[in-house]
Amino acid sequence: MRVRAQIGMVLNLDKCIGCHTCSVTCKNVWTSRDGVEYAWFNNVETKPGTGYPTDWENQDRWNGGWERTKSGKLQPKQGAKWRILANIFGNPDLPEIDDYYEPFDFDYDHLKSAPEMTAFPTARPRSKISGERMEKIVKGPNWEEILGGEFSKRSQDYNFEGVQKQIYGEYENTFMMYLPRLCEHCLNPACAASCPSGAIYKREEDGIVLIDQEKCRGWRMCVSGCPYKKVYYNWSTGKSEKCTLCYPRIESGNPTVCSETCVGRIRYLGVMLYDADKIEEAANAADKMDLYDAQLGVFLDPNDPVVIEAARVDGIPEDWIKAARQSPIWKMAMEWKVAFPLHPEYRTLPMVWYIPPLSPIQNAAEAGAIGMDGAMPDVTNLRIPVRYLANMLTAGDEKPVERALERMLAMRAYMRAKTVDGVIDEAIADRVGLSGRVIEDMYKIMALADYEDRFVIPTTHREHVEEAYDLRGGCGFTDGNRCSTGISKGSLFGGSKKPLKMPEEVR
Amino acid sequence: MHNFVFGIYPYIALSVLILGSIVRYERDPFTWKSSSSQLLRRKQLIIGSVLFHFGVLVIFLGHFFGMLTPIWVFDALGISHGAKQVLAIVAGGIAGIMALIGGGMLFHRRWTDPRIRNNSSFADIGILALLLVQLVLGLLTITVSLQHLDGHEMTTFMNWALGIFTFDSKAASYIEHASPIFKLHIFLGLTIFLLFPFTRLVHMLSVPLRYFMRPGYQIVRSRRSEPLPARQSK
Repeated sequence: MRVRAQIGMVLNLDKCIGCHTCSVTCKNVWTSRDGVEYAWFNNVETKPGTGYPTDWENQDRWNGGWERTKSGKLQPKQGAKWRILANIFGNPDLPEIDDYYEPFDFDYDHLKSAPEMTAFPTARPRSKISGERMEKIVKGPNWEEILGGEFSKRSQDYNFEGVQKQIYGEYENTFMMYLPRLCEHCLNPACAASCPSGAIYKREEDGIVLIDQEKCRGWRMCVSGCPYKKVYYNWSTGKSEKCTLCYPRIESGNPTVCSETCVGRIRYLGVMLYDADKIEEAANAADKMDLYDAQLGVFLDPNDPVVIEAARVDGIPEDWIKAARQSPIWKMAMEWKVAFPLHPEYRTLPMVWYIPPLSPIQNAAEAGAIGMDGAMPDVTNLRIPVRYLANMLTAGDEKPVERALERMLAMRAYMRAKTVDGVIDEAIADRVGLSGRVIEDMYKIMALADYEDRFVIPTTHREHVEEAYDLRGGCGFTDGNRCSTGISKGSLFGGSKKPLKMPEEVR
Repeated sequence: MHNFVFGIYPYIALSVLILGSIVRYERDPFTWKSSSSQLLRRKQLIIGSVLFHFGVLVIFLGHFFGMLTPIWVFDALGISHGAKQVLAIVAGGIAGIMALIGGGMLFHRRWTDPRIRNNSSFADIGILALLLVQLVLGLLTITVSLQHLDGHEMTTFMNWALGIFTFDSKAASYIEHASPIFKLHIFLGLTIFLLFPFTRLVHMLSVPLRYFMRPGYQIVRSRRSEPLPARQSK
């Protein structure tokens, strides 16, 4: 057993209102620069939909993540090491920028500088890459917002596999949900495995996966290796970039920007202890439906004295062990089993987990007639098909998702009985394998979601990792070479970029 | 003049190549990259880039081993000078044409596609143009070589190259009577060496062969200043 700690995240999709505050605050902090204006370290997708970049979930097309070979070996789906190096001159699995969208801006200046004309001046779009006029914007970072576009296109959604999807194209039966996405900071990251330069690494202390910008050579294998398409190639600097889990904030005990600013309070951050020796075995489970359970088996119980002792030997600080015991991630993923990994079938063992959303009961008019399981509605009558959620969260295994949805319904029923009727109904809790006390705990963390219940983040022990004396007068976080401010003036070795020529508006 | 270009300029070019690369790697590691533009436009890149890189690699290795292996090694192996020259002409010719076609595609793409053109520096376009000119010159030397297949002229170039690396002060005189096409080819080659550290060519020093040496696939970094005590077996 080799104990390591990781900052994990859970997103409670039941409460996501799709406001994109997480995406916007993230963009303002991290990607408001040349070359990554198309990149959203955090984005929110409306499901069902093909997402951003289009069709990212379809690994038959993109070859992201891992695969178990016929001989039972675990290797990146885009190929073993020699195969990846053989593709280094031209990567056949790399998306083009049009698969995300061509970044654009509008000629706002024309609105005030236009001469007197017969037609009202307009701000027309132009490309941020070439500076040329764009006659028509055909794609954006959130092109399918609130079920935008035709069902025939949106229904290419990979999660419809095994679902009779036609009826969900009808107005009366349609359903939707939001899926905020960010880097999963996987236990078995496919991006790091695909990086020929060895620039991508996982941090031992907190599990954050980072790209060393000075070691990255722009071979772009990580972009195709990541099945979530959450590594972005900066076309201006020629280096790949990704979500950093706001590590400067995490190190000082603050939540990430996306979590801090989440209006719906759906995001949780906490410590998970895991056994690094079990990772490969878990990622290589023979049946893809076993992958969710296999990942649960990698996590270590922070209340187990054996684990605590091993954690101390492996150098986990005492306050991190304590934080692991209070971790909301541990409770939701392991104790209540209401949170699930996103697409465990990619075999990356992701560490950003999701609580599936409840949805209205189908055919509300008939709700009284069918599908009541005792005091609670039957989850198979929910509008979002359980199979759809299972395809997304448990590689198609419906049982765990059903149990999670039942527990969330039970929590509502129990608390309604308690606060409205004034009755403590232990039977409701019993039916879903919980107790009233646990349900009240769930209610406190999942429904009330106070700040200190959502974010249990121990600070980094800088005394273990660096000599503070050497840091005097040094620069903090930088965005380029050494103490650069992110604005490169260029040197003998290149780096400067000429400003784009603005297209002339037709007069 | 001849002595300067072929006796002194090689040392200037190689010094700048070596020292410039070290300085860039040490002082400006963020600029050390391949500068791929595949994300912006996939069209023409895959075929063009594979042809170009494969051709150039074959040519590079051919020049490297062909020029710097002492001629007595070939004599000992029983390879006649004429046979070696024919091998160089055939292999180099095929690889050169591959590289020229691939490079031509890449240049066309870089010059005409507004996405790429607007994100290319002067050095990006310039070095690609120089490499294409160099490829054409290299292919033109074949026409000269075909006129005398005994391999004698080739050995003079080998002696010159070896002479440069063994600090032979008479090295330049060995190729005094070579055809101007060869001289131009050598001069441009040295100039490319000179420009090397200031262009994207530096990415060839980062061939990621260490990837094969990496145990497993994953990399975990620890920032601990004191390593953890050695683990007992479980």
